[in-house]
Amino acid sequence: MLVLGIESSCDETAASVVSDGVKILSNVIASQVNIHSRYGGVVPEVASRHHIEAIIPVIGEALKGAGVSIGDIEGIAVTRGPGLIGSLLVGVSVAKSIAFARNLPCVGVNHIAGHIGALFLIENVPAFPFVSLVVSGGHTHIYKVDNYDRFTLLGQTRDDAAGEAFDKAAKMMNLGYPGGVIIDTMAKKGDPGKIDFPRAMKKSTDFSFSGLKTALLNYLKTLNHFPGQEDICDIAASFQDAIVDVLVEKTLRAAEESCISRVALSGGVASNTRLRKVFMEESAKKGIELFIPPPLLCTDNAAMIAAIGSQYLEKGISDALDMNAVSRWPLGSGR
Amino acid sequence: MSDRILHITSKSIEQTHAIGTLIGRLACLGDVIALIGDLGSGKTTLTQGIAKGLAVPEEYYVTSPSFTLINEYPGRVPLYHFDAYRLTDFRDMEAMGYEEYFYGSGVVVIEWAEKVYELLPEPTLYLYIANLNNMRQIDISCQTEKILALERVLKEGGYI
Repeated sequence: MLVLGIESSCDETAASVVSDGVKILSNVIASQVNIHSRYGGVVPEVASRHHIEAIIPVIGEALKGAGVSIGDIEGIAVTRGPGLIGSLLVGVSVAKSIAFARNLPCVGVNHIAGHIGALFLIENVPAFPFVSLVVSGGHTHIYKVDNYDRFTLLGQTRDDAAGEAFDKAAKMMNLGYPGGVIIDTMAKKGDPGKIDFPRAMKKSTDFSFSGLKTALLNYLKTLNHFPGQEDICDIAASFQDAIVDVLVEKTLRAAEESCISRVALSGGVASNTRLRKVFMEESAKKGIELFIPPPLLCTDNAAMIAAIGSQYLEKGISDALDMNAVSRWPLGSGR
Repeated sequence: MSDRILHITSKSIEQTHAIGTLIGRLACLGDVIALIGDLGSGKTTLTQGIAKGLAVPEEYYVTSPSFTLINEYPGRVPLYHFDAYRLTDFRDMEAMGYEEYFYGSGVVVIEWAEKVYELLPEPTLYLYIANLNNMRQIDISCQTEKILALERVLKEGGYI
């Protein structure tokens, strides 16, 4: 089955064609692929109007990249939530319009389920059940995944998301944007044991990164001078380890407590090289099998939405054309 | 009324949370609460307190909306938690369709409100938070009678 995936829940406008829920024929992301000139040179930021400008060229690019025409598409999967209503509505409206015009089934997909869906697009697909950490700028969640549509929340952040903590730390040290990538790079030259940043909520599988942010702020104040390059690398490495340690420890503990020996990682922060390395080392020690998609599938994309959507569509499950976008949609609360 | 500013001090995260709760209890449909303060000053903590004051159920964790831009919570009245941290200026906020939230349907709390100052309605309750070593100075201003009610509860709470 040839499925067109559409994603517009946050900053990226994305479209993808996926075959049989596993094979990516094209995967176009507007803020990363050089097609900006098509719609005036603006990278889509938060504005839904930017999604509106981008969505049609992006879908066209995805069809072209896959070497198919709209007449070949057999179903449509679109991110229905959670996210910004104005942004989601652009994708949902386009998906429903194409579905109506072409008489195709259309299904709404949860964005977080989509991140987990990225795991079904890699060569070595995890068997059910597995425990999945979804970690990005806006999310830090641990789920038990029993099936394509059965997710149980095992842990979540109580304040800041991990990706947000990276970004704000970079901001405090004037390192620029995107903070996660810069800290990842600088940390490679630093000593992670230099500063003992706090690891919060040790006994719980929930996360808290707000205290770590304040600890960094207080540390920077005690320096009495603006940190030099070497200091910054040490701070970045120490700060990064404080985040990586808790992400790895809590996820593996959640897996052990659920008696599950497969752990998966997804979301934008899953591209962090230190996180990948520590996850590999620690899961190997515990005899846990680890699954991580490549970076392009970790960031927001539409292939992951098509991957999950295909599972519904192939079973004949679709949404009526009165389907609406939802800003809040906890995963596991049903379709 | 406009020149009245309350100066309060919070000595801990718990106190910041408790101050938020007092503010949340007094919040009514259509209120806009602007939070202005640096990274790590306690804006999200104050909002968590406000959520408690609005009777948002405890199973909802009030998390930072920096990346999601807005989080919604059900409470005594709905809480719309905005964050302008990643926005360039008020034009980005306009593009988000903020009017849907600002006028009448719930209580709006907005972090980094100084970035979208142009869009804040009158009256807005302003909370300015400053880091003072391990304490936080919170200055509160509002152009309505609400400031008197706030002054009373904060006095009762021992914060003024």
